[in-house]
Amino acid sequence: MFTVLAKERLSKEIFRMEVYAPKIAERRKAGQFIILQQGGEYHERIPLTIADANKERGSITLVFQAVGEGTHRLATLEVGDSIKNLLGPLGHPTDVRHYGKVVCVGGGIGAAPLHPIAQAMKEAGNELKVIIGARNKDLLIMEEEMGHIADEVIVCTDDGSYGRKALVTEPLKELCESWQPNLVVAIGPPIMMKFCTVTTRPFNIPTIVSLNAIMIDGTGMCGGCRVSINGETKFACVDGPEFDGFAVDWDNLLLRLGTYKDVEDDAHHRCHIGLDIKEGDA
Amino acid sequence: MGSFNLKELDLEAQQLWENYSTKELTNRERMAIPDQHMATQEVAVRVTNMEEVALGYSEAQVRVEALRCLHCKNAPCITGCPVQIDIPRFIALVGEGKFGEAVGVIKESSLLPAICGRVCPQEVQCQLPCTVGKSLKSVEKAVNIGRIERFVADWEMQKGATKVPSIAPPTGKKVAVVGSGPASMTAAADLRRAGHQVVMFEALHKTGGVLVYGIPEFRLPKEIVRREFETLIAMGVEIETNFLVGRTSKLKELIESEGFDAVFLGTGAGLPRFLKIEGENLVGVFSANEYLTRSNLMKAYERGKAGTPIYNSKRVAVFGGGNVAMDAARTALRLGAENVTVVYRRSETEMPARREEIEHAKEEGIEFLFLHAPLKILGSEKGRVRGVELIRCELGEPDASGRRSPVEIKGSESLYPCDTVIVAIGNDSNPLVKQTTEGLVVNKRGNIVVEEETCKTSLEGVYAGGDIVLGAATVILAMGQGRRAAKAMNQYLEGLADN
Repeated sequence: MFTVLAKERLSKEIFRMEVYAPKIAERRKAGQFIILQQGGEYHERIPLTIADANKERGSITLVFQAVGEGTHRLATLEVGDSIKNLLGPLGHPTDVRHYGKVVCVGGGIGAAPLHPIAQAMKEAGNELKVIIGARNKDLLIMEEEMGHIADEVIVCTDDGSYGRKALVTEPLKELCESWQPNLVVAIGPPIMMKFCTVTTRPFNIPTIVSLNAIMIDGTGMCGGCRVSINGETKFACVDGPEFDGFAVDWDNLLLRLGTYKDVEDDAHHRCHIGLDIKEGDA
Repeated sequence: MGSFNLKELDLEAQQLWENYSTKELTNRERMAIPDQHMATQEVAVRVTNMEEVALGYSEAQVRVEALRCLHCKNAPCITGCPVQIDIPRFIALVGEGKFGEAVGVIKESSLLPAICGRVCPQEVQCQLPCTVGKSLKSVEKAVNIGRIERFVADWEMQKGATKVPSIAPPTGKKVAVVGSGPASMTAAADLRRAGHQVVMFEALHKTGGVLVYGIPEFRLPKEIVRREFETLIAMGVEIETNFLVGRTSKLKELIESEGFDAVFLGTGAGLPRFLKIEGENLVGVFSANEYLTRSNLMKAYERGKAGTPIYNSKRVAVFGGGNVAMDAARTALRLGAENVTVVYRRSETEMPARREEIEHAKEEGIEFLFLHAPLKILGSEKGRVRGVELIRCELGEPDASGRRSPVEIKGSESLYPCDTVIVAIGNDSNPLVKQTTEGLVVNKRGNIVVEEETCKTSLEGVYAGGDIVLGAATVILAMGQGRRAAKAMNQYLEGLADN
């Protein structure tokens, strides 16, 4: 059983959970993900990138935003409760090595899975700058943690409620000009990752992105997570989740992520119960 | 076929039984006995539910059907069976009403009769060479071996008469079985019977592999699979779900650091194959694996209850001609699609699906467009499927598979409007085990290469079977390999020095 060891509410709808999963904690590397399912016949399988791990405690840390039925239900778990099913670590780890200068860009919840990657990049001897951004102050996470490892952390919000009022692409562009990084790693909403690649492309700076395609099994069986990479169909679960951002067909990814939008809007409507998130808040 | 009412069929069979059971029958008389139809749910009802379509024989029916067997000396049916079940012997026992003994005969060769009775393509296996069918000049008139098998297996389950096989004293050897589909189930049972400790690893949250995520409830009730696992667990097979060999632990670690003396790989089919045509990544294009997994494993057909959504479709085109294509088409229909068309490049004769599934699909109103191939999938401004461009084909020379290959007819393009496309043209192998296991030899399609007799791979102590070896095959072939592998593994383990 995968017991919840700690739980923290980072903002109205963002939660951090430390879960007992010793095998995964032992083996996971930066960039990998897990799939969880909360038992029973009807609960969905939810892929989440691993935000951190602690081998001594045998735990992994998950950070998630309660946006759908499954993540809402997950958010209702308390310390001592268990997640029935947890599979991982899945996907290829990040290609961590010495690049020279690395910029890590995290948007919203994406800052959480970005943290171990940034950490590994730093440990590999890279100079590291981190940009984190969110819609507003409440949704901004990982500032302190990033501060411990990065040479510089640039914080921005869309509405200017905290840090600089800007999209992450603004400081990214400036760094491309002034600092000339050798690699950019961007994790966040697909639209953000897309525009990060639009920003870095003129500078020809390799840009790695982590794709959160729709997935069921996560082991290379269902084919739901297929993405178009340089015109070739790849599977985010076994070929990814990280890809060369310049090769991704972003428009197709964005369309495919909207496959069940009508159905999920209904589900979202249904399940704010028990979480103290009121309609309109989320 | 039509829908058949169980009560009426049973009454007819009871009368026939009275006529025939009292005397010694000549072969001519046996062949004159009408073949027994199997009752099904009414068409209008069954397309609105997910419950099993075929209802099985009544006791009178199964005994009448058993009387049709001529007990040929050369038993061509046995040759037609991939695992050589002693068919005439079990049918004779059914004729005598000894159902428990009959199921025992089947289980000497096949572990899962309730499943195989339902999903085996009998018309190209045991029933194809049946003398009765040959004499009556139609394989459809052959003795319905599969239905008899299903009856005795169900009888055993319903009576609660399922015997937990006896287990040999502990050998001190530990074996990993990777995957929990039919190949792995069979291997696990045979290895455990020999007294080894057996741990079965499954990546998903439920066991059963393709029997659970792939084959719909209306063709194979999940209760049957659940019961088979109950037996495995009662035998002492340990099951670990949420364990992906290659990621959670590597194959070599199982052997080198986790104390397993041998490993059976039954990881199943892998990545779904796509058509490699324009528009394949549009919204509304699904692999059959995804569509069926959503419905079967994640219970998405219970809309409102299930957390996993499934696409709302009105007009569906399914590409492929196998059982998976039939399953996907019939699932789409049950989920509320108004029109479902199966598009197949060859003609009906070449379709690899079970005859019964094709008939059931037709009865339910699934349409078929034979000798048509897709050229591209067309999308709306919003990137959703709005149709497929098709081209007509004619059959040319036989290809490597022995089937006549489709040749496109220039200038015969047409547009088929639809909002959903389901691709059911098979699977490539899953790359994971290969990627994470040094020295494991696979062929150019990525399937694990094994010695035919023993299912031994290129690695010491590692055996493999089922779809990861065969590509997309059948449950019975997977089972056959699981059994062969287990036999070889038992010998291998016996030869190992004690720990």
